[in-house]
Amino acid sequence: MAPRSAPAVQPTRTTDLPTQRLDIQSIRAQIPALAQLVNGKPLVYLDSGATSLKPQIVIDALVDYYGGCCANVHRGVHTLSQRATTLLEQARETVQAYIGAPELHECIFVRGVTEGINLVANTWAQRHIGPGDEILITAMEHHSNIVPWQMLCERVGATLKVAPFDTRGVLDMDAFAALLSSRTKLVAAVQVSNALGTINPVVEMVQLAHAVGAKVLLDGAQAVPHGPVNVAALGCDFYVFSGHKVFAPTGIGVLWGRRALLEAGGPWHGGGDMIRRVTFEKSTYAELPALLEAGTPHIAGAIGLGAALRWQSALGLDLIAAHEADLLAYGTRLLEEIDGVRLIGTSPNKAGVLGFVLDGTIGAHPSDVGMLLDQQGVAVRTGHHCAEPVMDFFGIPGTVRASLAVYNNRGDLDALAAGVQKAIRLLS
Amino acid sequence: MTVEEIVENFELLDDWEERYRYIIDLGKKLAPLPDEMKVESALVPGCISRVWLHCTTAPAVGAERDGAKGLGAMGDLLHFQADSDAIIVKGLVAIVLSLYDAKTADEILTLDVSDLFDRLDLGNQLSANRRNGFVSMLGQIRAFAQQHAN
Repeated sequence: MAPRSAPAVQPTRTTDLPTQRLDIQSIRAQIPALAQLVNGKPLVYLDSGATSLKPQIVIDALVDYYGGCCANVHRGVHTLSQRATTLLEQARETVQAYIGAPELHECIFVRGVTEGINLVANTWAQRHIGPGDEILITAMEHHSNIVPWQMLCERVGATLKVAPFDTRGVLDMDAFAALLSSRTKLVAAVQVSNALGTINPVVEMVQLAHAVGAKVLLDGAQAVPHGPVNVAALGCDFYVFSGHKVFAPTGIGVLWGRRALLEAGGPWHGGGDMIRRVTFEKSTYAELPALLEAGTPHIAGAIGLGAALRWQSALGLDLIAAHEADLLAYGTRLLEEIDGVRLIGTSPNKAGVLGFVLDGTIGAHPSDVGMLLDQQGVAVRTGHHCAEPVMDFFGIPGTVRASLAVYNNRGDLDALAAGVQKAIRLLS
Repeated sequence: MTVEEIVENFELLDDWEERYRYIIDLGKKLAPLPDEMKVESALVPGCISRVWLHCTTAPAVGAERDGAKGLGAMGDLLHFQADSDAIIVKGLVAIVLSLYDAKTADEILTLDVSDLFDRLDLGNQLSANRRNGFVSMLGQIRAFAQQHAN
């Protein structure tokens, strides 16, 4: 299939004027989980950074698979198995178009970002990084983009380097560039920080990394829910994202990698589907993507992921980005007006995340605020968000994090602001 | 404050705001642990907020001490001191301590904290705070009581 340089579905917008907007009410009506009371209050879901709610069309895809063509893939000659295989491979085509992957077989189904990163750490990186080599990450990585590299460094004698960010949560690009050298074999970086919301300048980072001969893995977990992503345009070598953060089921995600790198990395998990021929003396391996998809895959999850990406793309990825940018600006303004609220993560280039703590005489723990918001039907996440080094940098135990998705509206942020003010009153 | 007083006070509270305000007040009134007691070894495993717990035993006032009986012998009372960096969790801790503190190990093992929390309409806190250190603290209190039970 020819390389694609555009998102799966081009927004139908024909002008830059904000004449076309998403019909958020109609989008909300497609999310059954939104239509419930929590602690007697209408649910205000602001925890999509942890996991997104699912549109009915994705739930239907799961039900249709389990209730209809529920069969194993890539094996059976019977009709149900062939239907299931077709649906799974259609989902892969959707993924390819969605991220603009040059080749279909470069799109590997994994459980999520964590497994995708561990796969790269145990295949390509394991074979190509050795004693004295360096892996460069940023100080705002999720634990899933720190620990696999620490484990790899211990195995192969490489060194982990960390590029710092400033008090706004903006990556220090001078420091990043200075940490790159001919020893750097891999840069593993988050595209959008889950704790801070910072959008990193990943295109520039890729160019700098490639200039010293390093490969680049991008963690797109918090990027794909919020707007278009194109791996060809990014120029990276590996890209990972989790389905459940982008309206798909849990337990499914995607690793994309350049074919040559995935092949050079060889297999990771051994088992069914990833082999060409097995004898007790020696086994030979299948081609991509089967090489890296040992065992029965999460068939329903992959089909659901395909449905989710098509649903999101049909809304218009640019329109989603514009809608969320509006919400982020609106929510930032509301929170800034509340006495005692300190925003954590104030990069001028942000997506999806409003992190904050309560300062001054209130001194409430994020979990206090989270519990009091929950009583008001407002779902947020509190804690370190699996990014403890980020919290250490700010000297805080964690933040309250409201995170956005396309189905949120300004009313959700009004409820958040009112809830925070009530929490402050109760805690004072 | 005794657990009975807490239950009585709770019964006077109408809505969640009043109940949480009361829990917050209990948290504020619970004497903080001095910094030297907020040590890693006293930290209860948890992810969202931190809870420190110290368990000690002391003979009950007036109890007959017998040379053959050691620490935690029958009649000894178990004492708990705890703190949290989150005020609502600390308030919940105060409720738990009012139930368990200065009881014998055997008494503690017969007490049902989930029953108490249901009476306070706080039952969901036990599941909601599973990763908060709070539920781990309950487990540690019971484990300590089991070590000293007869």
